[in-house]
Amino acid sequence: MLGKLNWDAIPFDQPIPFAASLVVLVVLGAVAAFTFWKGWWPYLWREWVTSVDHKRLGVMYALLALVMLVRGFIDALMMRSQQALAAGGAQGYLPPEHYDQIFSAHGTIMIFFVGMPFVIGLMNFVVPLQLGVRDVAFPVLNSVSFWLTASGALLVNVSLFVGEFAHTGWLVYPPLSEIAYSPGVGVDYYLWALQISGAGSLMTGINFTTTILKLRAPGMGYSRMPIFCWTALSSNLLIVAAFPILTATFAMLLLDRYLGFHFFTNDGGGNPMMYVNLIWAWGHPEVYILVLPAFGVFSEVIATFSSKPLFGYRSMAAATLGICMLSFMVWLHHFFTMGAGADVNAFFGVMTMIIAVPTGVKVFNWLFTLYGGRVRFAPPLLWTLGFMCTFVIGGMTGVLLAIPPADFVLHNSLFLVAHFHNVIIGGVLFGAFAGYMYWFPKAFGFTLHEGLGKATFWCWLVGFYLAFMPLYALGLMGATRRMQHYAETEWRPMMLVAMAGALVILAGIALLVLQLFVSIRDRAKRRDTTGDPWNGRTLEWSIPSPPPPWNFSVLPQVQGVDAYWNMKQAGQLAARQAPYETIHVPRNSAVGVALAFFTSIGGFALVWHIWWLAIVCFVGLLVAALSHGWIIDREMAISPEQLAALDRERST
Amino acid sequence: MQSIWQSGVLDPQGPIGAAERLILINATVIMLAVIVPVIVLTLGFAWWFRAGNTKARYLPDWEYSGPIELVVWSIPALVVMFLAGIAWIATHDLDPPKPLASPVRPLEIQVVSLDWKWLFIYPEQGIASVNRLPVPTGTPLHFSITSASVMNSFFVPQLGSQIYAMGGMTTRLVLQADNSGTFVGRSVQFSGAGFSDMRFDVVALPPAAFEDWVRQTRSAGGTLDAATYAGLVKPSIAVPPATFGAVMPKLFEAAIHHTVR
Repeated sequence: MLGKLNWDAIPFDQPIPFAASLVVLVVLGAVAAFTFWKGWWPYLWREWVTSVDHKRLGVMYALLALVMLVRGFIDALMMRSQQALAAGGAQGYLPPEHYDQIFSAHGTIMIFFVGMPFVIGLMNFVVPLQLGVRDVAFPVLNSVSFWLTASGALLVNVSLFVGEFAHTGWLVYPPLSEIAYSPGVGVDYYLWALQISGAGSLMTGINFTTTILKLRAPGMGYSRMPIFCWTALSSNLLIVAAFPILTATFAMLLLDRYLGFHFFTNDGGGNPMMYVNLIWAWGHPEVYILVLPAFGVFSEVIATFSSKPLFGYRSMAAATLGICMLSFMVWLHHFFTMGAGADVNAFFGVMTMIIAVPTGVKVFNWLFTLYGGRVRFAPPLLWTLGFMCTFVIGGMTGVLLAIPPADFVLHNSLFLVAHFHNVIIGGVLFGAFAGYMYWFPKAFGFTLHEGLGKATFWCWLVGFYLAFMPLYALGLMGATRRMQHYAETEWRPMMLVAMAGALVILAGIALLVLQLFVSIRDRAKRRDTTGDPWNGRTLEWSIPSPPPPWNFSVLPQVQGVDAYWNMKQAGQLAARQAPYETIHVPRNSAVGVALAFFTSIGGFALVWHIWWLAIVCFVGLLVAALSHGWIIDREMAISPEQLAALDRERST
Repeated sequence: MQSIWQSGVLDPQGPIGAAERLILINATVIMLAVIVPVIVLTLGFAWWFRAGNTKARYLPDWEYSGPIELVVWSIPALVVMFLAGIAWIATHDLDPPKPLASPVRPLEIQVVSLDWKWLFIYPEQGIASVNRLPVPTGTPLHFSITSASVMNSFFVPQLGSQIYAMGGMTTRLVLQADNSGTFVGRSVQFSGAGFSDMRFDVVALPPAAFEDWVRQTRSAGGTLDAATYAGLVKPSIAVPPATFGAVMPKLFEAAIHHTVR
């Protein structure tokens, strides 16, 4: 009846996950009770859960990312404290079974449920506004994408309460992840969670590629597209090309685990090396899926806060597309040590280094954007400067690792761990925070507390250096990643410094939450009535904050890259009141949340081999998806009179 | 301070490790020549062109300069071409299975990674050792590596290159220890619960002392036959070193395909 599920799955005997589970359940229950008691449920259902508005979805993505950031960071703190303790003969406080799940969950969560939703959330919120359009190409599909991502995140977190997570590292290399070596449900949780959220990501890729290619304001040719849209286009092209590889690879591993196939097993003609190739054929582009939009954020921020156009716009667009294409030709650098031979290794090493050329061009162009500017040191710019100084170090260590003989001594060491945190924190996360602090006033109509924003930045910057520079050194001393304990007591001082760095980052996260809290509390005082608090350059700043559901009452006419800046310079703001036309906005849809309901329960059923429930959910999934096809009335019209009245109301 | 770098990749004890350290240092210095100025200029430009500095020129429309574009594409392109040349040559010179030019006859060593310990077979000597790898100094060491279970990576930081150990196949690696001493080796590819204890000591001995060790190991007895091997295959953690004075023939070849009988 319940497949493999029984009471043993609940970790009564393990105090840490059990207590954590209880705390999470209590918090969730309290939030649900509070919102119910306040009578917010109908509002939340109507305005958020069933919303297909790209702006609302963007906010929900960012919220999901921030919540999961806290979850992933708790894992990080546990790893750092374990390694600070477990030197010499000491075993620390986390046994291997638990420690191995923590580092696997940390990587999985940080990439798939922090990096991806944060970046996709920013693209959701910003891209249609910058393109000067009223929504994405497929608004309901957009909602489906979000809810599938949330469903995957939910499954990963359920593994904390019921059963276990993978013990295998975040990319579940076979044969370790095969049923022979990982008979538990951990790898299954991983696989189903990522199959579900991966489907959501693929739909996002299709949606945004279509949006950027097909929907742009009148006059916005490709050469007038804001640079963030260029990076978003590249990122989504990569999603469309790379995520099917991930899905197919996981499908093969699932067949191995569930039906006794031999794609990646040691025996029966399986080949684990094939998995390693496939997973990185997705995995390397994934890095650029995350970092290209971050580059886009920095480009927007640095131009706005220097009060200058981005230097070398065409170079930037070309460099972005160059990185986009090159990112598919470098995957083998993740396993130079598999014995491919000198020609193959050297080819992939050189291809990897070539990526440093367009990336270097970007850095120089940001540098010359600052030159001759009037630089305002607001929090988004601080993140950008912090990124420029930090990312070049990560780029340097990346090129070092791209030299095969250097990689032979650094692969899988803490040097590697330091490198990818250097580029992911210093690149992706700093970019996400810069974007969050830059576009927050646009999303909510009030500004974030600037002092607390700066304090958040400094804690993250200092914390990052304290936490990861020692890891570079430890890697050179021969320290390996993923060690639950180690004999070398001489590594311990560096481990303690890294632990201190993690605590400084913890302060950064606390300040981030405090900033949000203080800003919401003081929102009446912090109200931005201009819609353009930073003296922006692109179209999103030309409309009120928060923007109306249809974004633009009148579609803008675009005459250059910095469309809004040009309008302001030409004094055309008054002329924007072109005659209103009837516009159509999509109605809410519950199909996204309905699909996620069935994928969450169905995924859980598949993890535990509860076949009848999986079949029920699959049927429910089909019915929910197909029933959407019978809904005829999908849009509502807003008349010119209504638009005029609403605009008058807003401007007074 | 010096002691903490000992035992790491910056304190190589053989020609492979030494060559790799040299590449590491050269490439770092070449790149620092670019990135240090970039960091300085970033901070310098941002500070000089701060909004409050009335002495700084404001160029509100400056967005393109052909010569600068040429320079910003050229600098990274030239650096990368230079580094790519170094990498191409070094990758071929330091290809893991490439034999060392040495008058000394190489020592063959067969390595099997097991859950969670290392088995070292010396086929020419007919002996084997678990979790301890005595080798002669100044002698090229020819490793053939496989795994009896999941993937591992065989790595001795002070000797240089690592390579994966994978079931069903053999990877090859050539290393050499120039100085006698004890160097830590370990698996660096996560392989499960006992991974952290998958370490071994490489004991580099002068050739005569190594021959003594071989003789002692033979006379100490113990036979690594199919039954003993089956015991080794069973998962175990933090296994103390052990030796076998005799090894069944073709054990390594059978271990590759999991067909030890």
